[in-house]
Amino acid sequence: MTLLVELRGVTKRFGDSAPALDAVSGTVASGAITGLVGPDGAGKTTLIRLMAGLLEADGGSLTVLGNDPATAAASIHTQLGYMPQRFGLYEDLTVLENLTLYADLRALPLAERAAAFAELLAFTDLGPFTARRAGNLSGGMKQKLGLACALMRKPRLLLLDEPCVGVDPISRRELWRMVSGLKGEGVGVVWSTAYLDEAEACDHVLLLSEGKLLFDGPPGELTRRTAGRVFRMVGVGARRRAALAATLALPGVIDGVLQGSAIRVVLGPGASEPRPPTEAGPEARLVAVPPRFEDSFLDILGGGPRGGSKLAASAREVPPSAAPVVQARGLTKRFGDFTAAEDISFDVTRGEIFGLLGPNGAGKSTTFRMLCGLLRPTSGEGRVAGIDLRSDTAGARARLGYMAQKFSLYGDLSADQNLAFFAGAYGLTGARRREKIAQMVDVFSLGTHLRMASKELPLGFKQRLALACAVMHEPDALFLDEPTSGVDPVTRREFWSHINGLVEKGVSVVVTTHFMEEAEYCDRISLIYRGRSIAMGSPDELKARAVTAERPEPTMEDAFIALIEACDREAAAA
Amino acid sequence: MTEHPYSALARARRVRALVRKEAWQIFRDPSSILIAFVLPLVLIFLFGYGVSLDTTHTRIGVVLERATPTTRSLLGAFQASRYFDVRVATDRRELEEPLTLGALRGIVVIPATFDSDLWRRTTPPALEVLVDGSDPNTAALVQGYVQGVVANWAIARAVESGMVGASSGSDQRFWFNAELSSRFFLVPGSIAIVMAMVGTLLTSLVVAREWERGTMEAIMATPVTTVELLLGKIIPYFLLGLASMSLCALVAVLVFEVPFRGSVGALFALSSAFLLPALGQGLLISAATKNQFLASQLALISSFLPTFLLSGFLFEIPSMPRVIQWITNLVAGRWLIPSLQTVFLAGDVWSLFLRDIGVMVLFGAVFIALAARMTKKRVA
Repeated sequence: MTLLVELRGVTKRFGDSAPALDAVSGTVASGAITGLVGPDGAGKTTLIRLMAGLLEADGGSLTVLGNDPATAAASIHTQLGYMPQRFGLYEDLTVLENLTLYADLRALPLAERAAAFAELLAFTDLGPFTARRAGNLSGGMKQKLGLACALMRKPRLLLLDEPCVGVDPISRRELWRMVSGLKGEGVGVVWSTAYLDEAEACDHVLLLSEGKLLFDGPPGELTRRTAGRVFRMVGVGARRRAALAATLALPGVIDGVLQGSAIRVVLGPGASEPRPPTEAGPEARLVAVPPRFEDSFLDILGGGPRGGSKLAASAREVPPSAAPVVQARGLTKRFGDFTAAEDISFDVTRGEIFGLLGPNGAGKSTTFRMLCGLLRPTSGEGRVAGIDLRSDTAGARARLGYMAQKFSLYGDLSADQNLAFFAGAYGLTGARRREKIAQMVDVFSLGTHLRMASKELPLGFKQRLALACAVMHEPDALFLDEPTSGVDPVTRREFWSHINGLVEKGVSVVVTTHFMEEAEYCDRISLIYRGRSIAMGSPDELKARAVTAERPEPTMEDAFIALIEACDREAAAA
Repeated sequence: MTEHPYSALARARRVRALVRKEAWQIFRDPSSILIAFVLPLVLIFLFGYGVSLDTTHTRIGVVLERATPTTRSLLGAFQASRYFDVRVATDRRELEEPLTLGALRGIVVIPATFDSDLWRRTTPPALEVLVDGSDPNTAALVQGYVQGVVANWAIARAVESGMVGASSGSDQRFWFNAELSSRFFLVPGSIAIVMAMVGTLLTSLVVAREWERGTMEAIMATPVTTVELLLGKIIPYFLLGLASMSLCALVAVLVFEVPFRGSVGALFALSSAFLLPALGQGLLISAATKNQFLASQLALISSFLPTFLLSGFLFEIPSMPRVIQWITNLVAGRWLIPSLQTVFLAGDVWSLFLRDIGVMVLFGAVFIALAARMTKKRVA
């Protein structure tokens, strides 16, 4: 094992803002996977670009493959494989043409090509698709082709920048299997990710947060720090969200999240095991479970947010109603001869969280947008608060709140201008508008950042502001599109504490996600695959369908993969 | 045996790979074909058929202050000209109102003294020409045509009476564009616009797209050098620019019957020289913006519009304010359009061409050097 990369106090800043990387030191070894782990904005991409010689450091020094990338990038590039985010493929070129291009750029001798291509195509299972254009490949296949291009001429160092973003769990597992195989050949792999479960699979981890290195070592070493302090509260009664809020208020509890009908609890160092709160019901009890990487990450960060949601405390109670708040009836959307969503039906009742889970491109966003009145269904109907979206789109929209992926705020407007705009857009006027804006500023603690252009807000504030804009008009139903992808675990918990609080007040929530963690917060999930709903049920029910002898306690991801594989088998048999 | 990644062979192979990749993309991307072949045709047909700077059947008034055989003969010459529709009066006051209302474009006064002036021959007979200055282009043309009509009339008269040499003030003939068809200089000029479009707009778009899609970043982490990267863009779009130019030249000659009096070699030499600054500018813009929307805006403002407005294509440079005239020297198209019109309408004038080619190559070298500095294999 040799060291391929050495970082010594590397600092990089862009403009006058806080440094993107702040005195980061660490190493990358050959024959191992080094995880660059952290939420969006942690500095992962910047660090990878520095290693690839595509950026120059402002402070500190780094050695990559024995050279300084600032002065000898050329000799590094001959031994480097790099897959940037979105894979760096030419979409107009076929699989084979992309491979040929990279073979030429890396000066792979003609005599070696046939063998090298055959090996890469076998490795990635892309053999049958050599004539297909990269733009027409699925996300998982693009990712494999990107990897094949990066592996041309056997690099010593392979840099993968968030290779699994937007890729379904099946492809994610395959990629792990493929990259793990490279370790045996002595390749050093740098794998950047915002998914903390991926961190656990790495040999070595550099944990980053806001440009600072929080941990450097094998992931198990960090995970062990919370050993003996992690529990599952099982037997929780029907009010699991109220039970979670009450649990977080218990002394010694530093973190808690929902896991289906159970609650995962992390205790602070030296805290004694608490008694389940009364909200959890008489059957509730704590069972010790092994820690995860995420538990220890939260521990380093000082725990998750505690105390209930101020938003929920001040929100109005949605009046009880027996009728479903959101109804989808045979929703179908076709674009030309492509069916993006077919015959999707479900009901969401008052105070329920309903999840649309599925890989990118499966049709969950299409379904979601039809229900928000953003897309007209080809057939079928959708209703929000009993109002037909086709006949009275505006009326239905007034009853729903929408938070788009990546927060559709006006970046150049300040936080208070965004609030004022959305208040106006939802028809709030005069004293009521002032009152609601003041309330939002108070419950989301936006006061210190009101004058800042919203594109410059820290990610956590951006998310708070986006949520504030979506709930200001007190909607009956809230639509959240991938609300927490890429955000750090503390912000995600804070976000869900607000959502859970609102749901307790009777608000209904429809959420799309490809993030298994988020699926656990849902009461019911519809699994969308190839435009159809292939399974529906509570997280626990879906997980139960994936139980096998060798896997008695499947995760949400296991369930997801098992259900999709079953669907593929059925399709193949038919 | 492995090949060294920076051997000449490996370099050449990389450039060839990049060029081939670009060619595949061009032929598969409908927007490239649109910009390189469809838009040029639309433009050239627009300038060939739609836009005309000619004045035929311009409504003018002729004031005949005293009717004599001579002045009636001159009036007849105006009435016979296809350039004018003539309204006759004996007093200029009758025509002043139509002129101010725009019903007439100009008034020609044949003064009472015309005959005696002509016979005295000391001074050219003075015609008074009043034009509507609110449209300077038309005004200048009316003035020119009036002179032309008078000159032709004088020559005809002299020949008739055997008194060759008697002539009015000017002897105006239009060389190289004897029919004075604006199409003949607009169509060759629009070829410059087309090359600015392919060279700057299309190139800046495709490079900015590589930045947006992350392919540039992936390519930069391979052994490719900046020079190879730039060559990989310049070569294909240079050839594409020449292809668009050839298409337009063929349409100009075959469809619009624009004369082609120079040599094909000169046409290609001029076009090649112009493509260097056009491509360099496109590469510079995309390296600086890395964003397709910004790149297209900048390309339009910094290349397309100046080539349109400040190159002498539509507007005469000598009639521009002095400061603007000076600025036109920095527009590459200003060095192409006169030569391009010359190669079509007059023939090969190498003294002119060599100077213009020299200036354009110089501009090109500066732009490409700047683009190389900006690109430098760094993402930010």
